[in-house]
Amino acid sequence: MALLEATGISKRFGGIEALSELSLFVDAGDAVGLVGPNGAGKTTLFNCLLGLLRPDTGRVIFDGRDLGGMPIHRRARFGIGRTFQRMELFTEMTGREHLLVAERARRRDGALWKDLLNRGGPSADEIGRVDATLDLLGITDVADLPVEALSMGHGRLVELGRALMTEPKLLLLDEPSSGLDRTESLALSGVLARVQDERTTAILLVEHDLDMVLRSVSRLYVLDFGVLIADGPTAQVMADAGVRRAYLGQAV
Amino acid sequence: MSRFITFAVFGLSYGCVYSLAATGLVLTFRTSGVFNMAFGAQAYGSAAVYYAAVKESHWNRWAGLLLAVVVVGPLLGFALDRVLFRHIRTAPQVVKLITALGLLVGIPSVAQFFFGTDNKPNPPDAFWSSHTFYRFLGSRIDGNQLSIIVTAVAVVVALGLFLRFTSIGLQMRAVVESPRMVQLAGINADRVGTTAWVLSGLIAGLAGVLLAPTHTALVDRDFTLLLVAAMAAAAFGRLISLPLTLLGGLAVGVGQEVLAGYLPLNSVWAKGLRPSFPFLVLVGLLLFLPGLRQRRDTTDPLAACDPPTPALAASHGDPRLRRINRVTALVGIPAIVFLPMLAYHHTWLNVMTLGVVFSTIMLSITALTGLSGQISLCQFSLAGVGAFTAGQLATRYDLSVLWGILIGAAVAAAVGALISLPALRLGGVYLALATLAFALMADNFLFPLHWVGGGQSGVQIPKPVGFSGEWAFFFLSVVVLAICGGIVVLVRKGTTGQYLAALRGSETAAATIGISPARAKFTVFAVSAGIAGAGGALYGSSVTSVNSDQFNFFLSLAFMVLVLTTGVRTVEGAVNAGIAFAVIPFLLDKYASNFNVLVFALFAYGSLTYAKHPEGIVEFQKRRSLAAITRWLDRKQVAPT
Repeated sequence: MALLEATGISKRFGGIEALSELSLFVDAGDAVGLVGPNGAGKTTLFNCLLGLLRPDTGRVIFDGRDLGGMPIHRRARFGIGRTFQRMELFTEMTGREHLLVAERARRRDGALWKDLLNRGGPSADEIGRVDATLDLLGITDVADLPVEALSMGHGRLVELGRALMTEPKLLLLDEPSSGLDRTESLALSGVLARVQDERTTAILLVEHDLDMVLRSVSRLYVLDFGVLIADGPTAQVMADAGVRRAYLGQAV
Repeated sequence: MSRFITFAVFGLSYGCVYSLAATGLVLTFRTSGVFNMAFGAQAYGSAAVYYAAVKESHWNRWAGLLLAVVVVGPLLGFALDRVLFRHIRTAPQVVKLITALGLLVGIPSVAQFFFGTDNKPNPPDAFWSSHTFYRFLGSRIDGNQLSIIVTAVAVVVALGLFLRFTSIGLQMRAVVESPRMVQLAGINADRVGTTAWVLSGLIAGLAGVLLAPTHTALVDRDFTLLLVAAMAAAAFGRLISLPLTLLGGLAVGVGQEVLAGYLPLNSVWAKGLRPSFPFLVLVGLLLFLPGLRQRRDTTDPLAACDPPTPALAASHGDPRLRRINRVTALVGIPAIVFLPMLAYHHTWLNVMTLGVVFSTIMLSITALTGLSGQISLCQFSLAGVGAFTAGQLATRYDLSVLWGILIGAAVAAAVGALISLPALRLGGVYLALATLAFALMADNFLFPLHWVGGGQSGVQIPKPVGFSGEWAFFFLSVVVLAICGGIVVLVRKGTTGQYLAALRGSETAAATIGISPARAKFTVFAVSAGIAGAGGALYGSSVTSVNSDQFNFFLSLAFMVLVLTTGVRTVEGAVNAGIAFAVIPFLLDKYASNFNVLVFALFAYGSLTYAKHPEGIVEFQKRRSLAAITRWLDRKQVAPT
């Protein structure tokens, strides 16, 4: 059975049908891409999967559970992590603190009385796990800078690290390469590959940079005006004439 | 039925003032995104000028109106725009709220500085005399009520036409979306904003002089109530629609008078419910109009042109500084506490005790606002809950205040938790309004109840056995303060504090790693309310008797503004604020009693700088001077080589 299974998702904004009867699935450990022109409904779909928006129709089943109506933080606890198109970092915190707070959130042992007995500090185990992830992402040397001081590329890696600390079974990445230069985005692909190797996390990647998509995923969905127009193994989808017309604007 | 009509017509005139004020609010909200909490204060300013001109300097009534409404009102609006609001148009809502709050607290005290704090009976009528009566819808109304109705209708119609049919009206609607975009289209956004503020100032002036004669004396508090009613009306119009706003204002005015008319005269219900009615309407609207709650802050598409907001200055961990700090703390603090005793004897010790007690109450603001960034305007009312709990326990069960502090804290925490449940759905400006509603309810309704506030005589809170001496009580207060301060520090360092820091940064992102925003805020709200309750019980014991007047809502506003001035992120900030709140009035009283009314203006000044220095202006200056000392130390070390 698929890890994530969304069936018949529709969402309207006023008179605009942002998503219509959309279905997709992601298997455990899989890397799936979701592409489409601007305004195709990719981010809307993400927000529906994550609970930021409530779809008008359709069901989202994750790991055998129906997520309908569940608030964001509970979905996160079941194992959905995400990064944002417009970075959402915790200002005034360092990269390391981002990871530490995510680690603490995963353990969910933040009772108030522990704070009051001064047992709230990070344990050696927590520090160790954070260090390991910083190392995996290759941002150990900038981990103690406040996030305002980080480059876009490092900022995206901190977001990724924060999501990874919750040990997600599925990672939703919303245009992780936007705003990155070519070297940074190559480095990001490398990190994603390493993450998949070491942690067997499934990935659903929304991305404009087709090179990055082709490097990172094995299966592809193409969305246009809220409708899926193609899906299948990456190479096969890329050869599809309709996709080329809709997405690449190429005469065939 | 005829009784109903009488009340309704009576309420109609109030409703018209509310509508008038609400249009002023909507106007500035639409052009600068500021929920202008200072509107009531602006109205009070004009009313005070009019009073001074006509009643005290015996000017001609029309000359007075010209000065108060046409000159002072718009001028005040102009100044507010130029000096403050123009610069924070794209700032977060909370910053705008705090700036406006500072004005709400500061303007009346500046007005009182110029026009005196004495009782101002019988404010003069604006247009028609309130001693002549007219027939209106089969009921008798006086000339002032007629003035109100006529003016309100005229202004609202004129304003509607202005917004609809002039190009500047259209520009006003564009400016709120993105001032810079509008400027790129060749429109002077600043000019548009200024127009709105000047107009709104004019309306505030009108509302002020019209509302004043409906009360027996000119009191600034009545104008805060005007503000609240206007906010309810504006909320009814979803902060956009002028016709709905008008309707909302009328409904609040009529509803309030009809309700008051049918309730038994002079009961707590009638006395408390009438002023609270606009608040109840406002809270109801906030809770049940989802569209209002989900209004997003306007995000300027060109906001990224600005440099990112500077990070809060990091605290200086220089070891030499720490040594100097320790020495100054060891020498300085006792010096501040004890040296003035040579001059003032035990009065000074009492002032210091009061300062420590206030610090404890203010710590509750550090806990809530400093950790979660939420603005609550009912912290002093929660202190009241603690004080009355301790008082009733002492009176009825002869329990010591030491128990009173603990139980009072627990009760206040429970009340705070209860308030936070609906309030958490709101957040930001709306949370501030909802908590203000609670403060006013407590003030008018809860505390006057006999089993809470002990009625006219209040409740006695004797000092605990063994702590009746001044010194002993002083040290008891210090211990309570230290415990509460310790709690704040531990919570901040611990998981809850980390969660809250994450939520401050990005609520959505925090939720995506599994942090429950509601739970974290609920926790901190309860902790903060508990600290306020403990401080309140201690306060009650230090003054030995408390009644309902002592916990009026204005002090909650003043405390918030004060702590934001000195620094809301640190425990020292709260202590500085508490001591200042005890010492400055004491010294002013002794040496410069003329300036006594300016205390609040002084504190309010700090909140006006909040946009630039969210860590508090005092905290900012402290860090700056610490940095200067470090540099000086560095130079001295380098010099010999």
